Amino acid sequence: MNKIFEVPLYPYARHADQDAHPPARHKVVVVGAGPVGLAAAIDLAQSGVPVVVLDDNDKVSFGSRAICFAKRTLEIADRLGVGHAMANKGEEWNVGKVFFGDRKVYDFNLLPEDGHQFPAFVNLQQYYIEEYLVDRVRALQAEGAPIEMRGKNRVTNVSDHGDYAALTVETPDGAYTLETEWLIACDGAGSPIRAQMGLDFVGRVFEDNFLIADVVMDADFPTERWFWFDPPFNKGQSALLHKQPDGVWRIDLQLGWDIDKEAEKKPENVIPRLKAMLGDDVQFELEWVSIYTFQCRRMEKFRHGRVIFAGDSAHQVSPFGARGANSGLQDTDNLIWKLKLVLDGDADQSLLDTYDTERLAAADENILNSSRSTDFITPKSEMSRIFRDAVLDLSEHHGFARPLVNSGRLSVPSVYDGSRLNSADQLPGGPARTRPGAPCPDVPLDAGYLLAQLGGGFTLLSINAEVPDGFEEAGVTVSSLALTTETHTALAERYLGDATCAVYLIRPDQHVATRMDRFDAPHFRAALRRAIGKE
Amino acid sequence: MTDALTLTPNLAKPDDSYALLLAAHEGLTKAQSDALNARLILLLANHIGDSQVLKQALTEAKRGLRDD
Ligand SMILES: Cc1cc2nc3c(=O)[nH]c(=O)nc-3n(C[C@H](O)[C@H](O)[C@H](O)COP(=O)(O)OP(=O)(O)OC[C@H]3O[C@@H](n4cnc5c(N)ncnc54)[C@H](O)[C@@H]3O)c2cc1C
Repeated sequence: MNKIFEVPLYPYARHADQDAHPPARHKVVVVGAGPVGLAAAIDLAQSGVPVVVLDDNDKVSFGSRAICFAKRTLEIADRLGVGHAMANKGEEWNVGKVFFGDRKVYDFNLLPEDGHQFPAFVNLQQYYIEEYLVDRVRALQAEGAPIEMRGKNRVTNVSDHGDYAALTVETPDGAYTLETEWLIACDGAGSPIRAQMGLDFVGRVFEDNFLIADVVMDADFPTERWFWFDPPFNKGQSALLHKQPDGVWRIDLQLGWDIDKEAEKKPENVIPRLKAMLGDDVQFELEWVSIYTFQCRRMEKFRHGRVIFAGDSAHQVSPFGARGANSGLQDTDNLIWKLKLVLDGDADQSLLDTYDTERLAAADENILNSSRSTDFITPKSEMSRIFRDAVLDLSEHHGFARPLVNSGRLSVPSVYDGSRLNSADQLPGGPARTRPGAPCPDVPLDAGYLLAQLGGGFTLLSINAEVPDGFEEAGVTVSSLALTTETHTALAERYLGDATCAVYLIRPDQHVATRMDRFDAPHFRAALRRAIGKE
Repeated sequence: MTDALTLTPNLAKPDDSYALLLAAHEGLTKAQSDALNARLILLLANHIGDSQVLKQALTEAKRGLRDD
């Protein structure tokens, strides 16, 4: 039986553009059909913007790669039509165990907060997410949405002409030229577009190698995250065991720096390592093995004229904390509504520079967190190892030391504090978690959940307050959603705090633009103009 | 305002406290002593809690160790 990652899902087919003279001009071309490129394209198509996706390949990600997807990603995916598919297939987990040497030092429970549509985390193979996204593209196409995927279309050259970008695309039938008003480069960490444009990608390489294996086994390990520091089966190094759907288990084994990568990848070397970890009597089959050196780096800026980078092409993190794909989806969530406003002529191009500022700050936060995890997991000096081991030893008996143990600070969405799109916080006593710049937390309502009702545009959310039935400002329509807290304690707790009523202006990416204790038309009209870069 | 790092004498019996520190290391290998020191620092840092005090202590402890 073929694995999904071996099946061509968008095989090459010759397109009329390949014979067009002069070259065809598109609104938006997305390069890369990884999770980030697909999310960008679906978001555009859902808002009616025609988009063409080009990928060198014609299949989903080979092997699993990302497995851990955070609540915010599921919420974004829900808006894109695949959140439930992901949540239903994914393995939900809350418990983690930490081992040091030959003993368990403690366990933790993520204790997810109640009243959210989606769990804190699910584990799901990256190829499933990409498959669901491709299915969604097909469904949109069936509805007549303007979205197109072209497999075996490798972009070899990009040039920015000021008011459009031109691409050279290699295909099995030879090269052709395409033009596009906007190009979104989601071509991954090795981004050929970034390299060809001569753009920098600076940061840190961690001098270490990790063997990442997905094994299929019938084992009764629970659905928990197990992390070992210095285990007997991998002396001086670390290890991770985490469950995925279909009886697939993710195993990470730290190998150190001076190794022969090709030799280490061979099954005859991998299998004994796994047996040492799992025990001789456990039957397993290797689904996928790879060896990685991790890096944390980012571009100086993500927007370069008509070419905009998103996902791994723009920033790369080590996987501890699962901040790669999770943050990539927040990139496109941030970008697409802005691009749509620019394409519609409702906002100036400079709005796109706030994609840069907001997502650069997020990338820095992700890089900081994942560098710190990597430094804890693989101490860089004798003294950092002494401190690391002291923390682990103390954590066995003392609660105080457990928050210091860092085997990955799991991905949470960034708050765009200080963004120039935010307006003042005018809700005295309002909770910090819903301040301007923050992503809206979900809340259960009489029927369904809050985030699902926010839709894809700007929303005026009122809680126990009088608001008009939407308004229009600077060509942008704001719809309204009026709620009361009578039966909704989570709503009061998350959106009112000590206030008795509140009005929020929420951006299309579900981040708060401003909030106030009542509806004051001039305040909200000015806030809307500010949120689209007009003030 | 957070408390500043105490830099005036604060130990009732300084000789006893000092002897305690030395005694704790007796008979330990260098590796064990290093571990003991690290654990002690972590315990005391948590007890202090205030990161400003910790920063001041680090500055004082580091004084003169490097040319910069
Ligand atoms: C071992 C490992 C574990 C990970 N675990 C997690 C995790 O648990 N959670 C998480 O969120 N992230 C995780 N990540 C990171 C995650 O895999 C990446 O962040 C994610 O794949 C980035 O998506 P992307 O769409 O930006 O790029 P990619 O998935 O790399 O996709 C890039 C696409 O561009 C195409 N392409 C490249 N060049 C060209 C070209 N010239 N022309 C046309 N197409 C081109 C490629 O074919 C590919 O389809 C992990 C990564 C690794 C390696």
